[in-house]
Amino acid sequence: MFRILAKEKLTPFITMLKIQAPAIARKAQPGQFVVARVDEVGERFPISLANWDNEEGSITIVVMEVGTSTRKLACLNADDHILNLAGPLGLPAHIDNFGKVVCAGGCYGIGAILPIARALKESGNEIISIIEARSKNLLYWQEPLRQVSDELIMTTGDGSYGYKGWTYDPLKEMLEKGEKVDRVFAHGCNFMMMLCSEITKPFGVKTMVSLNPIMVDGTGMCGVCRVSVGGVTKFACVDGPEFDGHEVDWELLASRRQSYIQEEIRSLEWWECQQWCLTTAKSKEA
Amino acid sequence: MEEKPKPKLDLNRVPMPRQDPKARAKNYNEVALGYTEEMALQEANRCIQCPKRPCIDGCPVNVDIPDFIKAIRDNDMAEAVRILKSKNSLPGVCGRVCPQETQCEALCSLGKKGAPIAIGRLERYVADWEQSHGSNPRPSPELPPPTDKKVAVIGSGPAGLTCAADLAKLGHEVTIFEALHVAGGVLMYGIPEFRLPKSIVQAEVDFVKSLGVDIRLDSVMGKLATVDELLEGDYDAIFLGTGAGLPMFMDIPGENLNGIYSANEFLTRVNLMKAYLFPEYDTPIKVGRRVAVIGGGNVAMDSARCALRLGANEVYIVYRRSRAEMPARLEEAENAEEEGIIFKILTNPKQFIGDNQGWVTAMECYEMELGEPDASGRRRPIVKEGSEFIIDVDVVVVALGTTPNPLIPSTTKGLETTKRGTVVADEETGKTVKDKVWAGGDVVTGAATVISAMGAGKRAAASIDAYLKR
Repeated sequence: MFRILAKEKLTPFITMLKIQAPAIARKAQPGQFVVARVDEVGERFPISLANWDNEEGSITIVVMEVGTSTRKLACLNADDHILNLAGPLGLPAHIDNFGKVVCAGGCYGIGAILPIARALKESGNEIISIIEARSKNLLYWQEPLRQVSDELIMTTGDGSYGYKGWTYDPLKEMLEKGEKVDRVFAHGCNFMMMLCSEITKPFGVKTMVSLNPIMVDGTGMCGVCRVSVGGVTKFACVDGPEFDGHEVDWELLASRRQSYIQEEIRSLEWWECQQWCLTTAKSKEA
Repeated sequence: MEEKPKPKLDLNRVPMPRQDPKARAKNYNEVALGYTEEMALQEANRCIQCPKRPCIDGCPVNVDIPDFIKAIRDNDMAEAVRILKSKNSLPGVCGRVCPQETQCEALCSLGKKGAPIAIGRLERYVADWEQSHGSNPRPSPELPPPTDKKVAVIGSGPAGLTCAADLAKLGHEVTIFEALHVAGGVLMYGIPEFRLPKSIVQAEVDFVKSLGVDIRLDSVMGKLATVDELLEGDYDAIFLGTGAGLPMFMDIPGENLNGIYSANEFLTRVNLMKAYLFPEYDTPIKVGRRVAVIGGGNVAMDSARCALRLGANEVYIVYRRSRAEMPARLEEAENAEEEGIIFKILTNPKQFIGDNQGWVTAMECYEMELGEPDASGRRRPIVKEGSEFIIDVDVVVVALGTTPNPLIPSTTKGLETTKRGTVVADEETGKTVKDKVWAGGDVVTGAATVISAMGAGKRAAASIDAYLKR
């Protein structure tokens, strides 16, 4: 059992949880993830590490609500427990002194890009962080990111704040202006990571992405997370999750991520119905 | 003096009562129902208690088989349990899934004239008797005084559980590190409920815990801590029982289409995550209408029978050699066939065909024929050129074997591994080339049986004990 130390709702659909997990905190590195199972009937699913504190013995995750499991997580509060948590899993991000690095984050990826930007900064890189959201109120963690960046660019799809557009738009502008970028790290939804990779490819700027396929055990045992990189099948859980975005078969990844879309909808409906029944029963008792 | 009449040999074993094939193909309850007291007594009475006791040599953990059978005969069940458990910490598991027909039963003296004693079925009877008659909670066995030596066991499958239990019985302090959220390894995620009920596995895990073994779940070693870090800490010895968990694929076109599972994934979803109870349980699984399972081993049979129980209309076993070469236990292949699994032998996939949504819809296969024997001694399957044909499928399970997970070898200094990824260890002792580190089970042999892993765990425990007491 893993106790939740703190919870913060970052946006209407994105929640931060700080969890007591000293053994994981001791070994965590940027780019790694944990596999969680919230309760006895829960599924196992991966979540990127957004922060950790070895002294406090805690890890921090940023969860975007998309299905039953992420909803269950987001419903937990401080002092509640997560039944199972295994990690730190996957290979750490490759950190080095590259020179000028762009760190792009979208959705839950704004949380996941932070430890990478921090490690890159500590390795002596110049960091340009670019984050995106549909609208101003959906942006989060600007301050911690600003602290580890030489420049922070915020983009909103509706133009309500900062640059109107998405992470790859200012990235494209920079490259087209002839600005030298030595490496790009992108964390976010498939579509965002794919577009970042497509934009940098003609400029020959190596772009590392953190793939997010379906996983069960997260230790190389089941193979559901197989992705095709450079024409070779890899297991994202043990060979990744970080891969060269120019080599990834994005269409395959998108298709495999959709495998259980109908079941996911059914599962969420079932769970919401259960919650509704529970709430109704409670209010009747009261 | 009057000569005693020689007892007449009973050459036929008491059949195992089983669930009706039609009924069981729709439920997850155990297929083999187990002997009644009367049946067990009748079967035990067939044993001639021959002086040579060859059956014991056939058992990887050397259970005193004739003695426990005699105890059943004497109606001294507590003694039967004691004899069995003194050598085998997991009798309820072994009685169900050991291939006795190629081990103890293969050497039975009665086998020369008729059917050998059904040792496995009697073993299960004794284990189940203990479950239903033993006091609850079971009294902890008497343990020797602590030796103050600490051993870390990595993996809680059959090898790890056996090694841990034996070391604990010798007074050592044992911690098991398990990567998944339950203990039992392949017994939990791999072997289905209808062949090995999970309550049986957990009862055996509880027995190991009752010996004082600390089991730490959610602990992915190699990540959470390396073997070297454990040794730098306060552990005096380490046993690696991490199994063969990495699934093999065929590397043919279309293999990453949706609907194509490794057997590990398919069985884990069903057994460990209880996807057959979706949506009460959150883990989904694709219920195919026409399912092809590729492979001819026990894991292939388990996958096929699970697919049937999930509700598939037709399930095929696609195997590239003939029935005679199938590595599955005869009993399991027969069970599968009785339930309606269709065997497509001498058939091998060439490629998978998908729709525009990325889902598998068909499998193009070759017809095969058998040539000269290969390195395994089995006749080599050869492609019949121009024999390609199509099988329509919507779910495929690839059950072609597994290799050891590299997580531990790749993070441990000075461990020797083979080309197949297995850890090199002495066959008799399990000792690896690395100081203070032993290994046993599938991580050393590649995918094999539960009992051979247990045997390796047992031998390693003896060797570790000798080292700690040197």
